[in-house]
Amino acid sequence: MELAKHWRLKGARYRLEGARDRRTNTITFPPPHFSGPDDELVILSGRGEIWSWSAVENGLDAWGGRYLVALVKLVEGPLVTAQLTDVDPDAVHIGQPVEMVTRKLRDLGEDGLLVYGYKFRPLLE
Amino acid sequence: MRPVYLIGAGQTPVAEHWDRSLEQLAGAALQAALDDAGQPPIQALYVANALGGLLNKQAQLGAHLVAALRLGAIEGYHIEAAGASGGAALHQAFMAVSSGVYQCVAVVGVEKVTDVLENELNAALATGLDATAEADQGLTLTAGWALLQQRYSYEHDYTASSFAPWPVTAHANALHNPNALYRFPLNPGKVAGAPAVATPIGLLDSSTVADGAAALIIAAAPQVEGENTRTAIRVAGSSLASVPLALGARPDPLWLDAVARSTIAALAEAQLDADAVNVAELSDQHGIVAALSLEASGFAPRGMAPRLAADGAYAKGGSLSLATAGGCKARGDTVGALGIYQIVELAAQLWGEAGSLQVPGVRVALAQCLGGLGATAATHVLVKE
Repeated sequence: MELAKHWRLKGARYRLEGARDRRTNTITFPPPHFSGPDDELVILSGRGEIWSWSAVENGLDAWGGRYLVALVKLVEGPLVTAQLTDVDPDAVHIGQPVEMVTRKLRDLGEDGLLVYGYKFRPLLE
Repeated sequence: MRPVYLIGAGQTPVAEHWDRSLEQLAGAALQAALDDAGQPPIQALYVANALGGLLNKQAQLGAHLVAALRLGAIEGYHIEAAGASGGAALHQAFMAVSSGVYQCVAVVGVEKVTDVLENELNAALATGLDATAEADQGLTLTAGWALLQQRYSYEHDYTASSFAPWPVTAHANALHNPNALYRFPLNPGKVAGAPAVATPIGLLDSSTVADGAAALIIAAAPQVEGENTRTAIRVAGSSLASVPLALGARPDPLWLDAVARSTIAALAEAQLDADAVNVAELSDQHGIVAALSLEASGFAPRGMAPRLAADGAYAKGGSLSLATAGGCKARGDTVGALGIYQIVELAAQLWGEAGSLQVPGVRVALAQCLGGLGATAATHVLVKE
């Protein structure tokens, strides 16, 4: 079921909650497992650009067929691994502006959860 | 710290071993290594295995294999570091002997993957990624390397075919390796024409994960008394380093810093420069893995590995012979056992027992295996005395 596990991750998954180190102004996402004394919670904008991407042809069954994954460089600095959605696979490119959206990530089956989280789509101009 | 020697090596073929269990594979490799060394008494067993708990539903492989292989009342350990398990286990054995605690120990790397279907295997391999930051988002191991290849190619002006020299060389070298999974040649056109696994990485630039076991006997003396007269091989450098599992948590994802640090430390321990290395075995599941490893190890300037590969630098007779027995692509990738296969193959080169795979004049060899997307790197330097 992993119910509690997904529940613990809700801040990062639904609101892009990261951590900012007040001394260095460095922002970390997903937030670190252990907060430092100077860390404070920060909500990220969800805006960024594609740093790299791949069309996954042999993904795991749980993800169903072909999908696009990317490393997204957020405007605040962190590099985030996530799927791309609502996107033309032939038009994806490095440097493309994207924004975070909430989507269903996985269906863990009849007795399991519907796991929601962040994906990224091309920024609507 | 006292010198450490490799005195015996053995392996099973890398294959789909439908008729053999994990225990039988490990036993065959260990017996071959013990025979090779002249049957010395061993005081501990280090088992390198990445996926046993997930695929074979068997943990505690240290105790389990000590009993199953009838090794008596010796210590048994199970070392896991995904694809770096073999190097991590050898590092433990190295420290046990170097420190003076043990005179002679065995390391066996074993992986049994064909008892499950491909989807379950790929899910198990993805546990080498960061579970929440990467695997929960749908990243696979190959897709992770694909992200790095896409960015690397963008920054350094390469195409997918720029990485073909690695699988082509691996297959050419494996043609006469009886233990290799694949013994057929590949040409760059075939590699380019293969379907994608995760763009830009294609099927023929992707290694196949298969069953196998390999074993080493590690000792404080260069050979068993009264036994063979062959040249001693000293484990001159042994080092392990790590970085965060997630690509996004690294300041420069195209720089494999664990590789850089473990290589520098292993070569320093051996008091050698990278130029001194004649043959090397790297993690080369895809060309990009070898390229990034070569650059972080100091064998190629940043951004240059594919250009050097195109000029034949890493083929047999090049400046650094790679994958002399086929590498991950053609010998096959045995995940947790990979690091031990590498040492078995390099030992044959150093002893001059590699037959038609032999590279002339080998004195220094380097083995390096990676866990996940290079989060763990274990590097060993072997020197012919």
